[in-house]
Amino acid sequence: MTHATIDMMHPPAPAEPGVQAYNLKLGMWVFLASEVMFFTGLIGSYVVLRFGVGEWARPGTVLNIPITALNTFLLICSSVSMVKAYAAIADGDQKGLRLWFLLTILGGAAFVGVQVYEYLHLVHSGFVPSGVRDGSELAERVASGALPAATMGLYGSTFYTMTGFHGFHVSCGVVSMIYLYIRKVLPGKYTRQDYRGVEVVGLYWHFVDLVWIILFTIVYLI
Amino acid sequence: METAHRKHPPYLWIWLYLALLTVAEVVLAFELPLSQNMKLILLLVLAVWKAALVAMFFMHLKFERWNLRVLALVPLPLAAIFILAALSEKIW
Repeated sequence: MTHATIDMMHPPAPAEPGVQAYNLKLGMWVFLASEVMFFTGLIGSYVVLRFGVGEWARPGTVLNIPITALNTFLLICSSVSMVKAYAAIADGDQKGLRLWFLLTILGGAAFVGVQVYEYLHLVHSGFVPSGVRDGSELAERVASGALPAATMGLYGSTFYTMTGFHGFHVSCGVVSMIYLYIRKVLPGKYTRQDYRGVEVVGLYWHFVDLVWIILFTIVYLI
Repeated sequence: METAHRKHPPYLWIWLYLALLTVAEVVLAFELPLSQNMKLILLLVLAVWKAALVAMFFMHLKFERWNLRVLALVPLPLAAIFILAALSEKIW
């Protein structure tokens, strides 16, 4: 048995002329380009609102940074497990594909779970999409002047819109991966010669991770 | 029988790199005594750095043909124009 090293981006399927990418992959890149503009709309609106108004709640005063930093790490881990799944099937390793793909699904589901926990905690403390709920713990802090009353409504709506749309994308990714895992990965339908589905869903998953990296900085740390 | 093993980037090292950059972001945001403007710039640099690592190594843009890279990067200047145009109302 001999081992040969070949170009890692060698297409697993007949490539379209020009970009040398098969049509599924090309389609995913075009879709991701449109997704960049979608999230740019959200982030751009946030930046304009955030820096167009006066005082804004300081980072860490409303949102739980340690748990979100942990969630960010979780999503990065799931991105690594996805690329390991890709590498495994590119080498023809079915067992590795099953293991890493499953870990990716678990990581994504855990991210969504932590985000739901964070939302529940925030709503319980009084931070809602319309701002601050009357009579809540957060309303008392606003009344004491610890948080700016004028911009809490904008803060709530922009926070839940951006993180909510991202969470929706993560949830769609998890559902897609569960479908692929049951229909394609477990029956061993991906091979070293054709693993297009793994690569294409992987591109989507890494994009979702990439967007979260930007959102984490802009929404939670700045 | 011949088996072909593709040469993959060091994914676990990149994972470690991303984890360290995430820790650096949190430390920078809450522990270092820097001005808000300096923190803003450094945090944005770290975020772009992390995003670039994901795009280059996990999405394999570093290893793709130039025209696919162009396709992937085309929305970025458009996004920058969009944000600058929206901010121009505030600036001017």
